[in-house]
Amino acid sequence: MANFYTDSPELKHYLNHPLMKRIVELRERDFAEKDQYPYAPQDHEDAMDNYDKVLEIIGEICGDIIAANAEGVDHEGPVCENGRVRYASGTDINMDACRKAGLMGMAMPRRFGGLNFPSVPYMIAADMVSRADAGFENLWALQDCAETIYEFGSEEQKQHYISRVCAGETMSMDLTEPDAGSDLQSVQLKATYSEADGCWYLNGVKRFITNGDSDIHLVLARSEEGTRDGRGLSMFIYDKRNGGVTVRRIENKMGIKGSPTCELVYKNAKAELCGERRLGLIKYVMALMNGARLGIAAQAVGISQAAYEEALSYARDRRQFGKAIIEMAPVAEMISNIKAKLDAARTILYQTSRYVDIYKALDDISKERKLTPEERKEQKYYAKMADAFTPLSKGLGSEFCNQNAYDCIQVHGGSGFMKDYACERIYRDARITSIYEGTTQLQVVAAIRYATSGFYANAMKEFAQWEVSSEMAPLKARLDAMAARYEEAVATVTSHESQELIDLTARRLVEMAGYIIMGYLLLQDATANAELFATSANVFVRWAEAEVDKHAGYISRINPDEMAFFRRY
Amino acid sequence: MNLRIIVLAKQVPDTRNVGKDAMNADGTINRAALPAIFNPEDLNALEQALRLKEQYPGTTVKVLTMGPPRAAEIVREGMFRGTDGGYLLTDRAFAGADTLATSYALSTAIRKMGEYDIIIGGRQAIDGDTAQVGPQVAEKLGLTQITYAEEILKVEDGRITVKRHIDGGVETVEGPLPIVITVNGSAAPCRPRNAKLLMTHKNAVITEWSVADIDGDVAQCGLSGSPTKVKAIQNIVFKAKESKAMGDTDAEIENLIVELVENHTIS
Repeated sequence: MANFYTDSPELKHYLNHPLMKRIVELRERDFAEKDQYPYAPQDHEDAMDNYDKVLEIIGEICGDIIAANAEGVDHEGPVCENGRVRYASGTDINMDACRKAGLMGMAMPRRFGGLNFPSVPYMIAADMVSRADAGFENLWALQDCAETIYEFGSEEQKQHYISRVCAGETMSMDLTEPDAGSDLQSVQLKATYSEADGCWYLNGVKRFITNGDSDIHLVLARSEEGTRDGRGLSMFIYDKRNGGVTVRRIENKMGIKGSPTCELVYKNAKAELCGERRLGLIKYVMALMNGARLGIAAQAVGISQAAYEEALSYARDRRQFGKAIIEMAPVAEMISNIKAKLDAARTILYQTSRYVDIYKALDDISKERKLTPEERKEQKYYAKMADAFTPLSKGLGSEFCNQNAYDCIQVHGGSGFMKDYACERIYRDARITSIYEGTTQLQVVAAIRYATSGFYANAMKEFAQWEVSSEMAPLKARLDAMAARYEEAVATVTSHESQELIDLTARRLVEMAGYIIMGYLLLQDATANAELFATSANVFVRWAEAEVDKHAGYISRINPDEMAFFRRY
Repeated sequence: MNLRIIVLAKQVPDTRNVGKDAMNADGTINRAALPAIFNPEDLNALEQALRLKEQYPGTTVKVLTMGPPRAAEIVREGMFRGTDGGYLLTDRAFAGADTLATSYALSTAIRKMGEYDIIIGGRQAIDGDTAQVGPQVAEKLGLTQITYAEEILKVEDGRITVKRHIDGGVETVEGPLPIVITVNGSAAPCRPRNAKLLMTHKNAVITEWSVADIDGDVAQCGLSGSPTKVKAIQNIVFKAKESKAMGDTDAEIENLIVELVENHTIS
């Protein structure tokens, strides 16, 4: 009888942020739908109360149903039968609960049957679902694909497909192929327009498709014959009801085993174009990548929470040398670091979600009316912040998730290496978070320009202006000093005017920036709620300081001539 | 088929998580230490009712509960899952009711609610564990009852077919409508609360009925209508003792039985 929302008061703290006032006001268009839908909020307090109460339902489903099924789903896994996917029995139960609770299409507008929830409460839900079962999170969160149809589809497509998603149908994003993974420009799946039938047909193979037997697929395909790059690719919607796509196999993965990763064969599969031709990759996929990355950041945080719970519980129960092992400093340090990294990843996740909420709501409003100059300025500011913070949330959050899963096993000692404890599943599930939706290395590529341009340094300066409690003041002084060291490191790297040197030190610079920013955010959390966050703020800033020192030291000693060592292989 | 279903539900303290502070010094339950929840087996009953509502469009499901004003939450909880509202019996005169007074109040309220086809509730509540209220309601209304129900299979031609849990297996029985059914905890779990329904009904005002509203006899309600008197409540702390090894000779088994009879473990 666990409730993953009420048992982690941190989540409510992140929900009740002052910026929610602006987010709700924009999202609800000043509560324009309050008399149109019986479940639309009347005012800000009503909206916040709705989020809180719905998250409590989700917390209960996560604690009582999804988490309880996680082990069975991991063992049983989905199977491929006659070209179709059959989920593990626990997955069906989880899906049924989510549908009955009305949790599909959470972020979609009410006119399509959605709940019109902003990103922040939606990410809190994703955080909890991932803690319960990271594999199931993939299936549930693919409802995000509806966002592509919402942003770029025709009104008819929105009415037809988004309503179905809100009613509980599942989605998949069919992008990658055997020879097109990170490099999506190489996609070969062929789309041919039939003048006779007045529709498109898809032929080819897709690989590594999460939930590949979904009801509604978004498919990236080459619509322009003779092209070889991203400009020949368009986005299509394939409806399973029309047939033409079969599942050839399900990959045998290390983790997130409940989520079927499929190889799909398209044979004259009827499809409709979504948006305009040639914009599939260069506009639509790119626009949605950041949203998907934030989803993985939430998944990583949820897994970190699971790792923390397992490690803490075991360390309190396990007795050695006459006492609980948590009373021993090396174990206590591991547990403290797990919690600090969890809180650090979570604070930047929700900060980024707020940025996303504001800029996306303004984007959406701009389709209805002209934005005022102030609104345009606001939109620009938050869009840039979201773009700069997303790779930090995903890249560093997923690395923390892996470190936490590793330490969780370490706390368990020999028992952690056995299949008897949840920690080994958590460890396997964690591994993918730093790989898919862009590896950590690709997150660094997305983030480094914000380091070299001084954007992160400016963000730090902005955050340094925020008031902190007197208890947090000494930590703030340390963060300010770290920010200065970071700026020196950036200056050192850029002074050599070598792109290769920037590439080689990029991860170090991005980690420094991310840790310092997380530190400032944690200070705000601890100022608002010392009981929940003061410990993590103290532990994290100390840990981050050592990391910043290490990277700064490495960079201060680097010499462009040394590049040769890294070219040897 | 438009079935009219009444779900009997009770708000109970969550006795599944009893801590040290569960009881007050005077032997009464410390309600502050135990969160109030929807009685688990009543949720199983609610699920059966909601399935009938899905199966037979036009069916209405109403929750009837008795308790302090805050028990209105039980009726709303039903609405969050798909019921059509319900009633709360709340009056100081209902307080302190044993099963006889409770079944009197419920059956009187049911008559007041009008026509009905199925009255369904959990087998028993986790605070009292008597399993008497459902059967007593059936007796007072002069209705057939099916207890230990696990699944309602169908309703056809004024008759209902129910799978019930019995010792060592299940049996399928049939009964005429209107009928009282009590549902076992082994039945399907209740569906979760629905987000839209919750947001729609979270502030729903629930009709409250007093003894006078249901034309009840005060003497048969609450404490005055309850022949059951609680003599004393003891706080029992279970303590694991050292295990005792025994052989398998007839004499040793005989000795064990004598010991168990003497300490009233068996009789």
